Amino acid sequence: MSAEYVVKMQNISKEFSGNRVLKDVSLAVKPGEIHALMGENGAGKSTLMNILFGMPAIWNTGGYEGSIEIDGQEVKIDSPQKAMECGIGMVHQEFMLIPGFTATENIKLGREDTVPTVASRLLGRSLEELDRKKMASDARKAMDTIGLGIDENTKVGGLPVGYMQFIEIAREIDKTGMKLLIFDEPTAVLTESEAERLLRTMKVIASQGIAIIFITHRIDEVIEVADSMTILRDGTFIDRIETKDTTAARIAELMIGRKVEKLVDETEDHRELNKDDVILKLRDYRVDMPGETVRGVDLDVIRGEILGIGGLAGQGKIGIPNGILGLYDSSGTIVFDGESIDTKKLGDALKKQIVFVSEDRRGVGLLLEESIEQNIVFTATQVENKFLKNYGFIKQYDHAAAKKHAEDMIRDLDIRCVGPEQPVGSLSGGNQQKVCLARALTLNSKLLIVSEPTRGIDIGAKKLVLELLVKLNRERGLTIIVVSSELNELRSLSDRIAIVSDGRVSGILRPDDSDADFGLAMSGVKVGGADDGKA
Amino acid sequence: MKNNAETKISFGSYVKNALFNNKVIILFIVLCVACIMTANTSMSYIASEVFSRFGRNACLVLALIIPCLAGLGMNFGIVVGAIAAQIAIFFVVHWGFTGIGGFLLCTLLSTPMALLFGWLLGILYNKTKGSEMVTGLILGFFADGVYRLFTLYIIGGVIPYDDPNLLDRGFGLRNAFDLSDSIKYSLDDISFVTVFRILMIFIIVLQLVSLVMGVKKTAEARRESLIKLVSSAVGLVLSFVLMAVPGVASMIGGTRIILSDTLRIAMIVYVISVLVKKFVFRKDVKGEDMIKAVVIAALVIGLSYVPAIRNILRSISISACTYAVICLFCFFNNWILDTKLGQDMRTVGQNRIVAGSAGINVDRIRIIATCISTVLAAWGQMIYLQNLGTFNTVQQQSNVGLYAVAAILVGGASVQKANNKQAIIGVVLFHTLFVVAPLAATQIIGDSAISEYIRMFICYGVIAVSLAMHAWKKKDVAVKGAQAPISNVEAGEL
Repeated sequence: MSAEYVVKMQNISKEFSGNRVLKDVSLAVKPGEIHALMGENGAGKSTLMNILFGMPAIWNTGGYEGSIEIDGQEVKIDSPQKAMECGIGMVHQEFMLIPGFTATENIKLGREDTVPTVASRLLGRSLEELDRKKMASDARKAMDTIGLGIDENTKVGGLPVGYMQFIEIAREIDKTGMKLLIFDEPTAVLTESEAERLLRTMKVIASQGIAIIFITHRIDEVIEVADSMTILRDGTFIDRIETKDTTAARIAELMIGRKVEKLVDETEDHRELNKDDVILKLRDYRVDMPGETVRGVDLDVIRGEILGIGGLAGQGKIGIPNGILGLYDSSGTIVFDGESIDTKKLGDALKKQIVFVSEDRRGVGLLLEESIEQNIVFTATQVENKFLKNYGFIKQYDHAAAKKHAEDMIRDLDIRCVGPEQPVGSLSGGNQQKVCLARALTLNSKLLIVSEPTRGIDIGAKKLVLELLVKLNRERGLTIIVVSSELNELRSLSDRIAIVSDGRVSGILRPDDSDADFGLAMSGVKVGGADDGKA
Repeated sequence: MKNNAETKISFGSYVKNALFNNKVIILFIVLCVACIMTANTSMSYIASEVFSRFGRNACLVLALIIPCLAGLGMNFGIVVGAIAAQIAIFFVVHWGFTGIGGFLLCTLLSTPMALLFGWLLGILYNKTKGSEMVTGLILGFFADGVYRLFTLYIIGGVIPYDDPNLLDRGFGLRNAFDLSDSIKYSLDDISFVTVFRILMIFIIVLQLVSLVMGVKKTAEARRESLIKLVSSAVGLVLSFVLMAVPGVASMIGGTRIILSDTLRIAMIVYVISVLVKKFVFRKDVKGEDMIKAVVIAALVIGLSYVPAIRNILRSISISACTYAVICLFCFFNNWILDTKLGQDMRTVGQNRIVAGSAGINVDRIRIIATCISTVLAAWGQMIYLQNLGTFNTVQQQSNVGLYAVAAILVGGASVQKANNKQAIIGVVLFHTLFVVAPLAATQIIGDSAISEYIRMFICYGVIAVSLAMHAWKKKDVAVKGAQAPISNVEAGEL
């Protein structure tokens, strides 16, 4: 090997419309090395890999600064095709597989082996016939390399997720001249045993001299397989360390770092929280939400508190509220204010006055084409028959009352708009979020669950939304659960923070607990917490 | 280990599955049988009607398969192919070409037109991804309107077209177009023996070219090629020898061939081809397949001598060439799907995003698929018209797309998936229903004026029912997929 590193990225910077997401990041991987790329959500891991893989999203937004060397040669990777030519392969998080095709056809997708025919000689190469025998034997060889024992003629459609991932890997391995394989959070969708198998396979691949970049935020996996790692935080390069020189706690601390900014100004707190006055009690609670599976959560929410639920993406925190509201199948006991909730019945939680502001604002939360007024009142008209004129046998929408209410809300929440008639689709992210909150407040609620309240909102609006939540809690005595992947945000406003890892609560912490504790809880290590503390 | 789950399936649930998967076909078989029983007509009448309709329509239906697999849904836009064919026919008739020469000239003229129309249609489909079917349907209506303007005014009105036989008022074509003096039966009248000889010559040329061009890389492939070459030459010589035998000459030398003879010849060819595959080409043919071939052939030939069936079979004669063309269409569909192009089409049909990321030019593949479909449709319409012999100048093409789609849906095809078998079964069932339903209705209601109404009713009804039944199927699959346990594959030897 002529160069020491198979890939070397130096001083990479990237801006998305003025927003700097990567600042002077460097990354270097040796041949046959498993290198972990670590960081919290939004640390810039995916952007860095998209640059390396030449994704159009990078080039459509003005390219990047810095240099990339492959085998010591400086290259300009401006398309995924170019990346593949350089010997870079990527195993995507969302599978690029075709369910109706066999394993062989998927492995050979777009690169089928062919034999010429008379027609192809006359009319072009695309009329060459497929050489199915060679395709099958190549696929078999690639699958054997990674120890995938299924028949190469099996249709991919019915296979479990783990197998699909292996077929994706087999496809990358089958490509000739593969030097570097990128795994984008490969274990996020796998079961435990499948994940173990995957890690073993990664070692096998690396032992053949192929370098691997392994994007993850599971510290235990990194300790198990990676030789070295690069840690990013907020788009900056923190450190490149060898696994043997470090510990899990140290990695956790580096990933989270210390952030001093306070997102919420101090407010007067006259609340008296009674630890035994539990408003919501979850026992062995499980939710079958794809990608956010909850695997047995026991949690008590105290009346009047703000409870934060944190954790990394894909660990199950989002699944908790979605299950309670009945949007996904769930099991276990949910006792709310002395009554149990039937999650099989969509709307039962809503009737019992649990109000949910979804993380999927544009998908589930809002009717984008409709006016602000409609968006604010429509759930209330459905569930509580508000804003309706009742003529006995027929009900009619009460325009005047709805408009007045919408105007009040616009004023109270400071929604920046031209009037209640403006369609919410044309509002900014922060104002859309406020409309969602306004709708939630229109309903009579005992418990407000807000999922990812600040996703896609700029920093100023973020502060307003969070302060609004605190104000609602302090003034109206509303119990609030905030689900967020931004730990900093949870630490600014919550009384207690439950960290969810691998579908379970791995710890309940106080906002002022140390970074290392949060880091360890997030990577699934059980830690003691705030249960015996203030709340 | 993987096959455990499959082998465990009991016979009962196997039958249940088979019934459920073919429920569309079964429903229409039941309907056909019910109508036949009510219609009170002789079987030989129904059979001969169905056979002649089959010969006319099959090619149009086969034109739908490629775009369906490329993810374009049911291509209602084949109307534009039919229009290309009809325009070509106007010119050929005007110039006075007749017989097979005229037909070939029609092909030559209509193909570039169909390619152009198909290309435009493909571009339109690419702009309306996800709603190709409704686009095709509406575009069909639009093209229909433009075509009417063309036939009723532009021909003679703008383009000088001085032909008193075709023009009524100095411009605009006559309403009914008679082909009896030009290309009527031009394809149908080619005898079996001619078709056979053309086929043999085609194989000889193909193998010669492939040997000369060095396409075949392995010694084994060259040997195969040589065997095909020699046997085709023998076949060619044999056809001249057989024509000297009086009985055989009348059997295979006429313009039509009797159905019972066709069946027997087909069965003998079937058995021989299986044996040749096994012993000459040393392909991996299972013993049970060989036994199956012999049993089926014996059964069919045996049945063809049973008096009741024999009478029906003897009363029907089919055109060798038209049926050969239908086979050719089927063969073409299969062949193109086995090429790199075909694999790309199937990939695009299954998932455009994955196809794009695998380096396939999605838009281009979709346009090619549309072009192929349009050209096949143009040829299909020519076959249809040369058999019919007369057509309604202005509106012959109007329902081409609708009838073809209805037929393939009856055969069990869905919007996402179709194959030759479904097209063939579909044409047979749909046209059986087309023939017998009005008769049955007449028997019940006692009024024959209603028959045209019944036909339209069947056509739209068929499309709606089969689409609904397919939606039922899909929902069921989704539920099964969700319940598929992951645990039983855990045990696999990964």
